[in-house]
Amino acid sequence: MSKALAVKLRLKQPSVIPGFGLTLGYTLTYLSLIVLLPLAVLLIRASEAGLSGILAAATEPRVAAALWVSFGISLLAALVASLFGLLVAWVLTRYDFPGRDLVGAMVDLPIALPTAVAGIALAALYAPNGWIGGPLERLGITVTYTPLGIFVALVFIGLPFTVRTVEPLIAEIDRDQEEVSATLGASRVKTLWSVMLPPLLPAMLTGFALAFARAVGEYGSVIFIAGNLPYVSEIAPLLIVIKLSEFDYTGAIVIATIMLAISFLALLAINLVQAWSRRRFGDV
Amino acid sequence: MSDVSVSRVGPSLRRSGSGWRSVTTEPRAVRWIAIACAIAFLAVFLVLPLTVVFAEAFRRGVGAYWAAFQEPDAQAAIQLTLTVAAIAVPLNLIFGVAAAWAIAKFEFRGKSLLITLIDLPFSISPVVSGLVYLLLFGAQGLWGTWLMEHGIKIAFALPGIVVATIFVTFPFVARELIPLMQEQGTADEEAALTLGASGFRIFRTVTLPNIKWGLLYGVLLCNARAMGEFGAVSVISGHIRGLTNTIPLHVEILYNEYNFVAAFAVASLLAGLALVTLAAKTLLEWRYGHVLASRTPH
Repeated sequence: MSKALAVKLRLKQPSVIPGFGLTLGYTLTYLSLIVLLPLAVLLIRASEAGLSGILAAATEPRVAAALWVSFGISLLAALVASLFGLLVAWVLTRYDFPGRDLVGAMVDLPIALPTAVAGIALAALYAPNGWIGGPLERLGITVTYTPLGIFVALVFIGLPFTVRTVEPLIAEIDRDQEEVSATLGASRVKTLWSVMLPPLLPAMLTGFALAFARAVGEYGSVIFIAGNLPYVSEIAPLLIVIKLSEFDYTGAIVIATIMLAISFLALLAINLVQAWSRRRFGDV
Repeated sequence: MSDVSVSRVGPSLRRSGSGWRSVTTEPRAVRWIAIACAIAFLAVFLVLPLTVVFAEAFRRGVGAYWAAFQEPDAQAAIQLTLTVAAIAVPLNLIFGVAAAWAIAKFEFRGKSLLITLIDLPFSISPVVSGLVYLLLFGAQGLWGTWLMEHGIKIAFALPGIVVATIFVTFPFVARELIPLMQEQGTADEEAALTLGASGFRIFRTVTLPNIKWGLLYGVLLCNARAMGEFGAVSVISGHIRGLTNTIPLHVEILYNEYNFVAAFAVASLLAGLALVTLAAKTLLEWRYGHVLASRTPH
């Protein structure tokens, strides 16, 4: 009985491989110093402001507007990135065409390209005299210095996440199921919609959540194209920088805490979706 | 055994037969429209931004392009970025190997929590990453007064930029190695152990050759992010020209001064780094895909 209890209470299963204490100890120490301690300090400073302080700072019109701009546009951009991500992933895995490998490699560009470089490139491209901005301007559409500019930058940033999360699932689709569906008389559209799309949904949701989480916190690629007009095209991360330059630390801490809470919720949502899809569709 | 091989060969045979193909794919016209839409979308969203960097950089010719790198501030920025990456990347490399060893080779409680915590910096805004270090080392920070009394500069100096860079690139190597080493299991190491090899020798002669391509992959991505990080470094560096400006910050300053040719010239350096990273990454996936772990993007 006591032996069984001891086994149950044991934190680590026995192993002959050496180095557990050293590597885990180093991992925990480094993690605590670099990540956990600084985040704890942020949360402690936020709690010093108190709930009323946080609410007061968060409902300040300019802060509320920036949070609204950040979250609203990030949701829209993640949605559009998810739809195009599905299309791109589908085309890359199911169809063969010249230059496919090159196109596939390009998808990761937004991750590899430093955000400041992406920011000034997008600003130049969509400026009223730019390659894309010029023609759009003649149609009466202004992209730079409007929320539309933020949207464009956030779709750019989110795309690799939405493509790469659904890609492996499309590759794994069982061709037999498609054939069965076809022999049972379903049209191709019906097969795509009710046989092939449902198993892809959890991955699409994960990609959406990843793109959203990244978009909310994005700074470098947005600030150059956004124009940063308060109440119109000012994003929450930029407002943190502005508050810091005004030495309003409490204001900066409150916005940071709210953003942190939202990204944890997104992370939690990803884990829940994955747990649910494992139960529903098996291990993915 | 033969049943298994037949069922595996089956679908691929059916796929290659032209009579069956129509059942599991879309009509030709639909296929080409989908391909055209995807390529047009990627051309507008990915290729054009990349092209515009080089087009703007060379707008006034090669002379103006080179002049941007003759500036002392530009050279200081390049040197600072190289220094920061040279410190941050090896530190995260050591951490990544240690974390992957502990997580992949042993079973212990709280492992999934540990993996989540290692991934944490990816879901935090770069600006917030810079802010948390300001709250530690800044003048109004937790240790600010103590540091000031002892004349140690961390915020608005090299150490601050380095720790902020370590924070944002924290998970890259670990996240690459953990699934890879989990897949490989412990059998090789146990065999080496029974032959009398020491722990470090096992790592050097058995584990390291197994993981070297995955390790290189992680280091490449880590380095690209370390050299290109903007938000976190922008908050902690204080933007002191020629002193605490990394390449991305120098780009921002030039751009805000309407010195577009120089801004894009310096930016083209980072765009080139991104292209080299992508090429190396694709090459690794193509050549050594079977020894790299299946991955999700960061």
